[in-house]
Amino acid sequence: MSARAWRRHSPAQAAARWAGQLALALIAAAMLAHVGVRWDYLADAPAQVGDLLDRMLPPQWDFAPWLVQPLIQTINIATLGTAAAFVLSLPLAFFAALNTSPARALYALARLVIVVSRSVDTLIWALIFIIVVGPGSLAGALAVAVRSVGFLAKLFAEGIEEIDRGPVEAVSATGASRLQTLLYGIVPQVKPVILGVSIYRWDINIRESTVLGLVGAGGIGFTLNEAILGLEWARVGLILVVVLGIVLLSEAVSALARARIT
Amino acid sequence: MTTRTWRPPSPWPRPWIGAVVWGAGVAFLAWNVLSLEVDPARVVRGLDRLGTVAARAWPPDVERAGMLVSGVLESIEIATLSTLFGVLLGIPVAVLAARNVVPLPVYAGGRVAVTLGRTLHELILAIVFVKAVGFGPLAGVLTLTVGAVASFAKLLAEQIETIDRRPIEAIRATGASRGAVLVYAVLPQVLPRIVGLSIYQWDVHLRHSTIIGIVGAGGIGATLYNAFARYDYDLALTILLVIVGIVLAGEAVSAVARRAVQ
Repeated sequence: MSARAWRRHSPAQAAARWAGQLALALIAAAMLAHVGVRWDYLADAPAQVGDLLDRMLPPQWDFAPWLVQPLIQTINIATLGTAAAFVLSLPLAFFAALNTSPARALYALARLVIVVSRSVDTLIWALIFIIVVGPGSLAGALAVAVRSVGFLAKLFAEGIEEIDRGPVEAVSATGASRLQTLLYGIVPQVKPVILGVSIYRWDINIRESTVLGLVGAGGIGFTLNEAILGLEWARVGLILVVVLGIVLLSEAVSALARARIT
Repeated sequence: MTTRTWRPPSPWPRPWIGAVVWGAGVAFLAWNVLSLEVDPARVVRGLDRLGTVAARAWPPDVERAGMLVSGVLESIEIATLSTLFGVLLGIPVAVLAARNVVPLPVYAGGRVAVTLGRTLHELILAIVFVKAVGFGPLAGVLTLTVGAVASFAKLLAEQIETIDRRPIEAIRATGASRGAVLVYAVLPQVLPRIVGLSIYQWDVHLRHSTIIGIVGAGGIGATLYNAFARYDYDLALTILLVIVGIVLAGEAVSAVARRAVQ
């Protein structure tokens, strides 16, 4: 009676899996060694975080009135940036969808714009726009808009590529012009995607806008930076609570709105 | 004989609700634009400056590209290590946040942890970790690990919630413990998703690792920020091109890897 237990993998498969996992572990170990972890610093981290929390709590509640204006600014940056990106990304998506793009060259160009917009983070765009328009909310809103254009256009284009050909053919069979075909054959099909994705991007942008001020592009991040530089930790604590609140709220609003649309 | 034109059905329960919603939206945006306090003179000067900046940035300074190697390598290491740690820690958290495998109180706790962990922007977490373990890539790894645990766990929990219940019942019928049910009924069903989501997470982290350097958490971001601060625009452009390159390469790698997995 040999004790043969069931095994999921043949010995060869098991060996290959072990080799793969070993390679991954070795790469991670090599990277960890190269990054140069100061273990004594790491061991000290819980104490340091504890100390930080100790200074932040309780939050300095009476500073709250000074946060109203920056908070409104943060929401404005995100909303305006998203709205501008929405307007710009509609034609861009039309060019970047294989089934609606009027020319191969335009398709390639639109894809290039999307890639560049998406690869560079909002904060880096903010650094660039600060050079152009100076520090402040305008730089922030432009940064949010430029970063979001790629995101929106990419997802809109995917939506356009997935449409049903039937209605489009039906509309064009009535003798409709290209524009009418677009408006009555394509737009109604992609409208839920377009609205849903835009609202989703808006709540991402609220989160992004909370840190734009750290590089000088307006909003509550600016107040946060001042509080950190001034070592006003109880204020930092309050700002973090407020940021947490606004991000959670915008996520909830966005989720509700998207649930109604789709 | 009256001519009747067809109108698409209104998405609103009453037509006036739609008018009010759109009116409020437009009014809100108009107020947003006004609150930006755009100074046209400054924008004109800015556009003028943009020409100067572009002239100084072009051609990108490739001679000093060699000095970017260590920063780029550090960014890649931060992204890879934090993804690895985030996934390893995220799997148990995902189980806790999946409604169909844990009791309700545990699920509630898991959901709260997952939601809170994703709320604060990476840059804010990075500031906290820089205070905790000092400047350098370790702070970056910790920052993105925390972010990864939460967002990876959320996505994986959603996948766990869609699994087939029958294998769970089958394994449970053999008298298996909760742990055995997880290992033999739940994990095999989501394993391909785990690999796919990990690759996606790595892709996201590659982007984030380019900005956390702004607050001293390692990677290429610090070099970029300094280049902007010292008006060293030709170096800044080189770094931007390198970042776009890394992100594109990362996207290509992750697309190939995901196709191999599926």
